[in-house]
Amino acid sequence: MSIRTAIAQINPKLGDLQANLALYEEKIRQAIKNRAQLLVFPELSLTGYFLRDTVPSVALTMHAAELTKLKKLSRALPLVAGLVEESADHRFFNSAVYFEDGEIRHVHRKVYLPTYGMFDEQRYFARGDRVRAFDSKFGRVALLICEDLWHPSTIYLAALDGALAVLCPSASPLRGIVDAQVQDDNARYWEMINRTFAETYSLFMIYANRCGFEDGIGFWGGSEIVDPFGQRVAKAAYYDEDFIVAEVALEAVRRKRTMSPLLRDEDMDLTINELMRIRERPASRMVQKFKRSKVQRKRTPRKK
Amino acid sequence: MIQLPTNTTLLRGILTAFIRNEVEKTGLRRVVIGLSGGVDSSLSAMLAAAALGPKNVLGILMPYKSSSPESQAHAELVVQKSSIESLVIDITPQIDAYFERFPGADAKRRGNKMARERMTILYDHSAHWNALVLGTSNKTELLLGYGTLYGDMASAVNPLGDLYKTQVWALAEAMGVSLDIVQKRPSADLWVGQTDEDELGFSYRDVDRLLYLMVDQRYTRTELIAAGFTESFIDDISRRIMNSQFKRRLPVIAKVSQRTIDKDFRYSRDWGK
Repeated sequence: MSIRTAIAQINPKLGDLQANLALYEEKIRQAIKNRAQLLVFPELSLTGYFLRDTVPSVALTMHAAELTKLKKLSRALPLVAGLVEESADHRFFNSAVYFEDGEIRHVHRKVYLPTYGMFDEQRYFARGDRVRAFDSKFGRVALLICEDLWHPSTIYLAALDGALAVLCPSASPLRGIVDAQVQDDNARYWEMINRTFAETYSLFMIYANRCGFEDGIGFWGGSEIVDPFGQRVAKAAYYDEDFIVAEVALEAVRRKRTMSPLLRDEDMDLTINELMRIRERPASRMVQKFKRSKVQRKRTPRKK
Repeated sequence: MIQLPTNTTLLRGILTAFIRNEVEKTGLRRVVIGLSGGVDSSLSAMLAAAALGPKNVLGILMPYKSSSPESQAHAELVVQKSSIESLVIDITPQIDAYFERFPGADAKRRGNKMARERMTILYDHSAHWNALVLGTSNKTELLLGYGTLYGDMASAVNPLGDLYKTQVWALAEAMGVSLDIVQKRPSADLWVGQTDEDELGFSYRDVDRLLYLMVDQRYTRTELIAAGFTESFIDDISRRIMNSQFKRRLPVIAKVSQRTIDKDFRYSRDWGK
C-alpha cells in the first residue's frame, strides 16, 4: 500500500486559534487538490509554540466546537494536527491528534517535555504517560512529538508495537552555527535521527517541522520523509514555508524487513528483564559502589 | 586556538529571515536605524536592506560637534552601498543646551546623554515613519554591559544581539561592508580619540574567545585556565557580566499581587502575532 503523504510546513500565529484554523483549512484544501491521502501538521501548529501563559486560553477538549471542521474535513483527508489538549480534569497536554473519517482516532500526548535551555514545557504542560501505535486505514502507525524522539525508548516501543511509519510533528528551533555545516546544528542532529531510526527500525519517518520566528527563536523547517532504507523520499525547504507531497510506499517496509529482520530478532523479554533489574539497581548506584571499592583498595597497605 | 564559528552564508539567511519575520508580524514593513559609521550599525543596515528592501530602511546619522568626520563619511558610505534612505540630524544644539546648565559634567555623563538623545530621535522617527527601531548591539557589548541603557541598547528588534564582535566583523565583510569600516578600531566616538579596546583594557578577539567558551560552551573556571586564559582576565570578565545583568532585564517590580508582570504573568513578546 502506498500513502500519498503531504506535510504542511507552516508558520502559525502565536496564540491565535482562529487564524491558525483558517491556515489549516487552506492547507487541507491544498493537500486535497494535490491528491494527498494523508496530511501532517507540525507540533502545536494550531496554537503556536512559545505559548507560556496562553496555554489555558488556547486549550481544546477533544469535543471542542473548533475541532468539528477538522473532523468533517478528515472524511476527505485524514490528518494529524498539533494542539493543546485539555483533559476532563483540566490538565493541558502538548498533543498530536489523528483525524480520520470524521472522527478523532488517536491522540498522542507528548511524553518528554523539554524543560531546559530555551524550553519550558513542563512548566505549562502535563506529561503524557503512554506510547502506543494505532491502526489507521493505511496500516499501523505511531505518533511521537519532537523531543519524544530524542529518547530512543519511544521509537523502540513504537516499532515493537507494530508501527510501519512514525509521524512526528515537531517545533524544532534552529541553534548552533557551525562552519563546516550548511545548516544549523539542530537540523544536522534531526536529520541524523530520522535517517538512523528509519533504517534501524525499518520504518518510514514522516517528520513535520515548522518555520517562522517567535521572539527571535527561528524554526528550521526542513520537514522530510525518510524510507526504511534511510533514503530521503521528500524534503522541504529549510527556514521557510513549504508544502511537500510524496508517496510513502509501505511495501518498502516489507522489503527492508525481509532483508534485515532486526525487529523479528529483537529479544523483548531480555530487554524487559534487564530493565526490571536496572530499575531495582540503577547504574548510578552501581557506579558509587564501584568508586567506593576502588578507594578501599587504595587504602589497603601493600605487603612486601 | 579556539575560533568562533562564522558561517556567514547561514547567518545572513537566518538574520534576514529574522528581520523580515519579526518586523512584518507587527504589521509594519519599515525600520529606522542609527548609523554611526561603525561596523555594527553598518551591518544592521545591510541586513535590513537585504531583508526589507532598501527603500524600507531609514538610516539616521546623528553627529555631535566633536564626532570624528571619518565616522560620518563611513556612515555615508554605507548609505550609498546599501541604497537605503537617510537623514542627518546634528545633535549638538540639544546636547549643548542641556549641558549649559551642568558645565562640569564629565565625559561619561555627556556620552550617555548623547546616546539617549539619539535614542529619542530614532523612536520619534520610527513613529513618524511607521517603522520599528532596529538594534545594533552585539553579544560582546551586551554581555560586558558596554552600552548605554535606554540609549544605544534600546531597540525593538536586534539582529546582532547573538553575534560576538568578531562574528560581526566576519559577516560585515561577507556582506560587502567597506573594509575601511570593518578594519578600523571600534569606537563609541563619544570623545576625541576614544577606542573601545583602550577603554575596556583588552581586545575584542581575546574577550570573544573567552566569552564564547564561558557562555556558549559552558567551560568552568578550571577549564578556562587550562585553555590558556589568566585568572584575572576570567574573573574580571565574570564580574562584568554579573554586574551588568540589570542592563539585560526589565526594571525590578515589587510583587504584591497574585500575578506580577515578568514573574508569573508570562507571555511571549510575539503574543497574538
